[in-house]
Amino acid sequence: MFGSNLVIFEEESKRINASLAKLLGETRAKSIFLIDKNGHLIGSCGETQGMDMASLASLTAGNIAATGGLAQLIGEEEFSVLFHQGERDSLHISIVVKRVILLVIFDERSSLGLVRLRVKRASEELAQIFETIFRKAEAKSGEAKQMMETRFAEITDADIDNLFKT
Amino acid sequence: MSFINYSSREINCKIVYYGPGLCGKTTNLQYIYQKVSPQAKGKLISLATETERTLFFDFLPLELGAIRGFKTRFHLYTVPGQVFYDASRRLILKGSDGVIFVADSQVERMESNVESLHNLESHLAEHGTSIEKIPFVLQYNKRDLPNIVSVEELQQALNHNNHPYFEAVASKGTGVFETLKMIAKLVLNELKTGAG
Repeated sequence: MFGSNLVIFEEESKRINASLAKLLGETRAKSIFLIDKNGHLIGSCGETQGMDMASLASLTAGNIAATGGLAQLIGEEEFSVLFHQGERDSLHISIVVKRVILLVIFDERSSLGLVRLRVKRASEELAQIFETIFRKAEAKSGEAKQMMETRFAEITDADIDNLFKT
Repeated sequence: MSFINYSSREINCKIVYYGPGLCGKTTNLQYIYQKVSPQAKGKLISLATETERTLFFDFLPLELGAIRGFKTRFHLYTVPGQVFYDASRRLILKGSDGVIFVADSQVERMESNVESLHNLESHLAEHGTSIEKIPFVLQYNKRDLPNIVSVEELQQALNHNNHPYFEAVASKGTGVFETLKMIAKLVLNELKTGAG
């Protein structure tokens, strides 16, 4: 495996969602997504109905990975903020605590300056939440490990076969 | 690394199809996309060149159902097989939970298979891991073509550690789901032992 799994529990999940909702209100953005660097969606809020969120998450992570590769070619560690301007909607993409990506989609109701300002503050808050998440994950004898073991120890071949019956 | 969300009761895993150019990685994903029911799949995204060679990656999200009360999602990726897209391959491989190596069974492609496997090994080493440490399955593709090497030879050249392998004709679907099922099994089993 490539490093440790990202495990999020109820408490931190609530804190993340509250933080995203607050940012949505402050920026007057259309929607906000939190994505891990491997392309998995962690949380979202705003106008997300009908949106292909799995593809959105994967392509955002791919975008960050590609620009990260570019950054290293010119001797930078990474580009922590990306901005894509569209005719109606624009994307503001930023990296939080090196491992997760905050994606804000906004239109003329908001502005790049406002998004940038509020994202900076929200990133600090999210960074604190993720520190808790990583601390919990690192505590090998702690809650995370124990819950994972009890929950997944009984996965059988039949369980997996059932997944593919659809 | 998997992403497990206890709040929304989800397990998300990333599986990467690796192998030389034109070995059938994208064909695997296209067959899976055709066969899986609409509610279990998302869009198949292909970042390809104008001649339909994979430029950055193909992506197919699958949501196959629940396991022990957890919605289980597999995100399938392919890497570009062409030699000069090495930087892209390294990026896509990062963070994967399991790798399927698709080999082209044709005699004239053996050198490319070996080269691609070495390329995979060197990228895994850069990420601090190896084929022995990750869920890894081989697929010997294009078994319906006339000029192919024997499975014994493929085994000797590519599978030194006796990883699970499947013979396949991805264009017709032979072996496609068997390979996917095996990697899913290995990845989920890893959750038991590699917890946290």
